[in-house]
Amino acid sequence: MKKYTYVRRRYWNEPTMSWWERAYLFEILRGLAITGGVFMRNMGKWMTGRKGALTSYYPEETRPDYAAGNRGKHVLTQRPDGRPQCIACNMCATVCPAKVIEIEAAFDPDDPAHPKYPSRFEIDYSRCVFCGLCVEACPEDAIRMAKEVPDFPSPDRTNMWLGKEELLTWNPQRDVAKPYPPAGGAAG
Amino acid sequence: MIQDLVVYAAFIGYAIGVLMTFGLLLTWVERKQAAVMSDRIGANRAYFRLPFTQVKLVWWGLFHGIADGVKMLLKEDFRPRTYDWYAYMVAPWVVFTPVLLVFAVIPFGGMLDPGRLFPSLAEWFGGRTYPMQIARLDAGLLMVFAFGGMTIIGAMLAGWSSSNKFALLGALRAGSQMISYELVMGLTVLGLILIYGTVDMFDIVTQQSGRVGGLPAWGIVFQPFAATLFLAAAIAENKRIPFDLPEAESELISGYFTEYSAMKMGLFMFAEFIEIAIIAALFTTLFLGGPNLPYMSDAGFAFPGGYEIRMSHGAVVATQVIVFLGKVALLCSFQILIRWSLPRFRYDQVLKFAWKFMLPLALVNLVVTVVWMWARHG
Repeated sequence: MKKYTYVRRRYWNEPTMSWWERAYLFEILRGLAITGGVFMRNMGKWMTGRKGALTSYYPEETRPDYAAGNRGKHVLTQRPDGRPQCIACNMCATVCPAKVIEIEAAFDPDDPAHPKYPSRFEIDYSRCVFCGLCVEACPEDAIRMAKEVPDFPSPDRTNMWLGKEELLTWNPQRDVAKPYPPAGGAAG
Repeated sequence: MIQDLVVYAAFIGYAIGVLMTFGLLLTWVERKQAAVMSDRIGANRAYFRLPFTQVKLVWWGLFHGIADGVKMLLKEDFRPRTYDWYAYMVAPWVVFTPVLLVFAVIPFGGMLDPGRLFPSLAEWFGGRTYPMQIARLDAGLLMVFAFGGMTIIGAMLAGWSSSNKFALLGALRAGSQMISYELVMGLTVLGLILIYGTVDMFDIVTQQSGRVGGLPAWGIVFQPFAATLFLAAAIAENKRIPFDLPEAESELISGYFTEYSAMKMGLFMFAEFIEIAIIAALFTTLFLGGPNLPYMSDAGFAFPGGYEIRMSHGAVVATQVIVFLGKVALLCSFQILIRWSLPRFRYDQVLKFAWKFMLPLALVNLVVTVVWMWARHG
C-alpha cells in the first residue's frame, strides 16, 4: 500500500502577507486605530446629542422604510359595504404551517351571494412565521399582508392575538399595487 | 497603634470599594463600549423605578451590572455529580481571592499625612505619615507575581473537579497558557527592576515623579518595549479574547467553568473583570507613574518657567487619587478596545507567540537594559 503523504493544495490566489503584515504588531495598531476611530466618532455623536448608532430603539421606534413586498401584519379585505370578503372556507387555516389561524364560520341570511362569513377570525402572532402561504391559498383575495409589522413586543404570549376587528381596520383603497375591488369583477 | 488601624481600615475599605465598583461597572462598560464601537446602542433597558412614582431611572443602562448580579444570585445553583465536591466548591474562591489580594501592594496615591488633612486630629496622629497603599512590602512586586500565579491553581481545580471533558481541556489550556505568559510578564518587569533598583511598589512610584529630558520619568519612557510586552502578556494572563483559548465557546462550551452556574460562575466572571482593573492598576504603577502627574509634587504643580500652583495637602491627595483612578479607567477602556478588535488566536499560535516571539523579545529587552545600565553606572 502506498504511503499517503498530505500535500497542501496551492491556490492561484493564495493570500500572501508582506513582512510588515507578518510582524503583526503594526497591523494590530492599525486595527485598533480603526475600531478606536469608530468609537470616538460614535461617542462624539452621542455626547453632542445625536444618535451614534444605526439601530432603532425597537418597541418605541419603528422604521418606516420596510420594503414594499415585506410580509408583515395580516389584513382582511372588505366588500364595498365594509363586511369581510372572507367566506370562511378555512383554506388559509389549513395551509398555515404554524397553525395560527382560527376561523369560526357563521350563516348570514341577508346576503344570498355569500351566505357563509367568519364570525371569528383570529391569528396568534406569537407563533406566526410570516410565510405568506395564507395569502397564496386564499381563493377570494380576502387576506393580504401589509408591509408594516404588527406592533407586538409583549411580555405575555397570550396577548399576541389579533381578532377580526383589528384585521379589518386597513383601508384597501389606498393600496395602489393591488386595486380594489380586484380586476375581473370577482368582488361584489 | 490604633491610629494605624484606623488609617489602614480606611485604605482597605477604599480598595475593596474601588475594585468592586470597577468589577460591576466594567461589565456595563464592556457591553456599552462594544456597542458604540460597532454602531449599536448597547445595554439600555435595566432601570430603577422610584417607589410610588412612574419615574424610571435608566441612566444609560448603568444598572445592568446590578441586574446581572441579581439574576446570578437568584439562579438555580446547579451542581454536577463530582467526586471532588470540595475542590469544586473552593475553586471559584481560589480564582477570586488572589485577584483582590494583588491590589494590597499597589499604591493608589502619594504620602498621606492625616494630621494635616484633619487638623483637629493632628495631635492624635502625632505627625505620622502613611503611603497610600494597604501593605508597603519590600517584596511588593514579587507578591504581585506570587498571588497572580495562584489563579492558575483555581482554574486547574475548577476544570479538574468538574468531571467534564470540556472543563478538563479548558483547564489544561488555561494552565499552559498562564504559565507561559507569567514567565514573559516576569521577564519584562525585570528590566524595570534593574532601572529602579527596588521591588517596593511605593519606591517605584516615587521614583517616577521626576522628569527625564522633557518627558515625565515614567516607566514607559525608559522601557516602551517592555510596556507593550507586559500589557500583551497581562491580557493573555487574564484569558481575554485574543487569548481566550481556555474558554473558547465554539470548541469548549465555556472551558474550565463549564459546570459552574449561578453565582459560582458569576465569581469567575467577576474575577475576570476585576483582573482587568488590576492589570490596569499594575500597568499604571509600573509604567505610567502611578498617581503622579508631570510637574506635580507634594506641594502642588511647578511648571517650567517658574509658574507654580500651590495646593493644600487635601487637594494634593484628592488629585493623586483621581489621577490614579483616571489612568486605570483609561487602561481598562483600552483593554476592552483590544478585546473587541482582535480575532482569537489558534491554540498553537498562542503558545508559539509566548515562547517563540515574546520570550526572546523580553530577553533581548533585558540584555539591552543590562548593557545600558552597565554602560551608565559601570
